[in-house]
Amino acid sequence: MEHSEIVFVLGIPLLGGALLAVFGDRRWAASANVAVSGAALLAAALLTVRVIDQGPILDFDDNFFVDPFNVFLVTLTAFVAFTTALFSRPYMKNEQEHGRLGAGRLKLYHAMYQVFIFSMLLALLTNNMGIMWVAMEAATLSTVLLVSLYRTPASLEAAWKYFILCSVGIAQALFGTILLYFAAEKVLGGGSGALLWTHLNQVKGDLEPTVLSLAFVFLFVGYGTKVGLVPLHNWLPDAHAEGPTPMSAVLSGLLLNVALYAVVRCKVLTDGALATHFAGNLMLAFGLLSVIVAAFFLSRQTDIKRMFAYSSIEHMGLCTFAFGLGGPVATFAALLHMTVHSLTKSAIFFTVGHAVQKTGTQTMDEIRGLVLTNPTIGAGMLLGTLAILGLPPFGVFASEFLILTTAMKQQPWATPILLAGLGLAFASIFQRVQAMVFGDTTAKRLPHPPAMMPVFVHLAIVLMLGLWIPPYLAAWYRQAAQMLG
Amino acid sequence: MTSFATQLINLMAALLLLIAFAMLAQRRILTLIHLFAWQGLVLASNSVIVAWSTGQTHLYWSALLTLALKVILLPWILHRLIDRLNVRWDVETLINIPTTMLAGIVLVIIAYNVASPISQLAGTITRSTLGIATAAVLLAFLMMITRSKAVPQVIGFLAMENALFFAATSATYGMPMVVELGVALDVLVGTLILGIFFFQLREAFDSLDLKHLERLKER
Repeated sequence: MEHSEIVFVLGIPLLGGALLAVFGDRRWAASANVAVSGAALLAAALLTVRVIDQGPILDFDDNFFVDPFNVFLVTLTAFVAFTTALFSRPYMKNEQEHGRLGAGRLKLYHAMYQVFIFSMLLALLTNNMGIMWVAMEAATLSTVLLVSLYRTPASLEAAWKYFILCSVGIAQALFGTILLYFAAEKVLGGGSGALLWTHLNQVKGDLEPTVLSLAFVFLFVGYGTKVGLVPLHNWLPDAHAEGPTPMSAVLSGLLLNVALYAVVRCKVLTDGALATHFAGNLMLAFGLLSVIVAAFFLSRQTDIKRMFAYSSIEHMGLCTFAFGLGGPVATFAALLHMTVHSLTKSAIFFTVGHAVQKTGTQTMDEIRGLVLTNPTIGAGMLLGTLAILGLPPFGVFASEFLILTTAMKQQPWATPILLAGLGLAFASIFQRVQAMVFGDTTAKRLPHPPAMMPVFVHLAIVLMLGLWIPPYLAAWYRQAAQMLG
Repeated sequence: MTSFATQLINLMAALLLLIAFAMLAQRRILTLIHLFAWQGLVLASNSVIVAWSTGQTHLYWSALLTLALKVILLPWILHRLIDRLNVRWDVETLINIPTTMLAGIVLVIIAYNVASPISQLAGTITRSTLGIATAAVLLAFLMMITRSKAVPQVIGFLAMENALFFAATSATYGMPMVVELGVALDVLVGTLILGIFFFQLREAFDSLDLKHLERLKER
C-alpha cells in the first residue's frame, strides 16, 4: 500500500457515486458532485506530483500502474470531469426550471456521472487488459441511461443504438482479449499475470504473431467502435445530440480518448510481436477514412450538437492516423492532439449547452446573436471554434501542423486528403458558428447564470499548449512516444 | 479417460451449436429464454468436464458462476421482465427463416476457417471446439441483426457473451478469475439496466418493437 494516491483517485468517484445514488436529488447534490470531482482531481494531482517526483509507478502486485502514457490522461480525465461538474451545476438547474427532468432523474444523473468517471479512471490505471475491457464496458453501461435521460423518443433511440453498437463492438474486443490471453499464456503461463500489460510488454517479441495479428483486428474493431471510427461511428452523433450536454462534453472529451488509449496499448504489443507495420497501417486507413467521412457529414448537419459530434469523429480519426504513422514526432503530436482536442471540445460543448438552453433549440438556423444577449457565451463559442479549427496560436494548430508535416514525409499521398478534410470542416463549421454568434436575436436571459469559467480555463490551457508546453508534460509526451514507437 | 472426456466436450460443443441455430429460428420470446438457459447449462457442464479431465480447479468456480448467473439469475430476471412488460406470449414475425439458416451455415464455415490456424496452435484438449465457439459468436450476431424486437435482441447479445465464454474455455481453459468475475458483473448490470430501459421504451412507444427506433438518420 505504498501509493495510496491510486486508491483515492479510484475510490473517491466510486464512493461519491454511491453517495449521490442516495442523496442525488437533494438541493446540494449538484454542489456535492462538484466537490467529489474536485477531490478526485486533487488526488489525481497528488498522483501526478508523485510521478513527477519519483517516476513511473507499478503497484498493488503490478495490478495498477502509472507510466508517461497514462499519467497525463488520468489528470486530464479528472480535470475535465471537475470542470464539467462545474458547468453541469447551473446547466442542470436550468433544465429543471424548463421542466425537462425531475428530481429522480437528477439522482440517476449524478450517480451515473461519478460511476462513469470511475470506470474511465479504472480503464486508464489498470495494468490488466481484461480489467480494462471490464471498465470500458462499465463506461458504456453507466452512460446508456444518461443518454436517454430526457426520455424523448429520439433520446431513447439514441441510447438503444449506443448500447447495441458499443456492446457488440466491445464483445469483439473481448474476443480479442481472449486471443491475447491465449498468446500470452504460452509465454507467461496461466493466471492473471499473463494479462498484465507491463509483463506482456516485456515479452512482446515472443508472442505468437498470427494470433496477435488476429487479436489486434478484433481489439481494434471493438475499441475502435468506442473511439467513433468510421464505419462504426453511427452511435456517436446520436448519443451526443440527444443526451444532456454535460454528457456530450465528457463523451467527446474523455471517453473517446480512453478508448483510443486502449487501442494504442494493444498496438504496442502487436507491433512488438509482428515486427511489421500491420497495426499501424490498419490505424492509418481507418483514421483517414474517419477524417474524410466525418468532414462530409459535418458539412450537412443542421443540429449544432451533431455537427460538433462529427467534428469529434474527425479529430479522433486524425489522432488514430497519427498513431498509425508512428515514430517519435507523429506520436508526440497525437498525444498533444488528444489533450488539446479534449479540452477544446468540452469547452465548446459547455458554450453550446448554454446557447441551446437560451434559444430552446438545437437547430443552428434558429440560434442567432449569442454575442448580443450573452457576450461570454458568444465569445467562448467563437474562440473555442477558432481553436478546434486549428487556428494559431492555439494548441490544436501545433499538433495538426506536426501531424501534417510528418505525414508529408512518411505518407505523402495522405496529406492532400487530410488537408481537404480539414479544409472542408473549417469552411462548414466557421460559416455556421459565425452566423450563430453574430446576428439578431430575441432570446431571453437564462434563470441561472451560466458557468463560463471552465470554458475560458480550458481555452487558456489550449492557448498555453500552443505557445509553451510545460517541461514535464513534454518529457512525458516524449517518453510515451518513445515507448509507443 | 481423456478420449472419453474429449468425446463429451465435443458433444457439448455440438449441443451449443444446435442451440445457437435453434435460437436463430425461434420466434417465441418465452422459448428463447428457455433456450438461453439451456445454453448456459451446456456451458457450465462443459466447464465441469474440462475441469475434471484436466485438473484446472479454477474452472469449477467458473462453472459455478455460469450456473448461478446464466442458468438461474439471468433467465429469472428475463422471466420477470417479460411478465411485467406483458410480452410473455409474444410471437415475432420473422421473415425468411430458411434464408437465415442458410446464412448461418455459411457463417459456420467461415468461422471454422478463421479459427483453424489458432486451434492448431492451442495445446488444450478442447481446441477442436474453438471453431464452434467462433461460429456461435457469429450466429448470435446474425440473430441480433435479424430481430426487430428489443428482448430477443438482448438475448442475442447474451448468447454472444455465452459463445465468447465458450471460446475462452476452449482456447485457454478460461480467463483469469478476476476478469471472469468482472465480465459476469458487467453482464448482470447490463441486463438490469436494459430492464429499466425496456420500461422507458414501452412508456414512450407503447411497444418494444424496434421499428419505432428508426428516426435518427442522416439526411
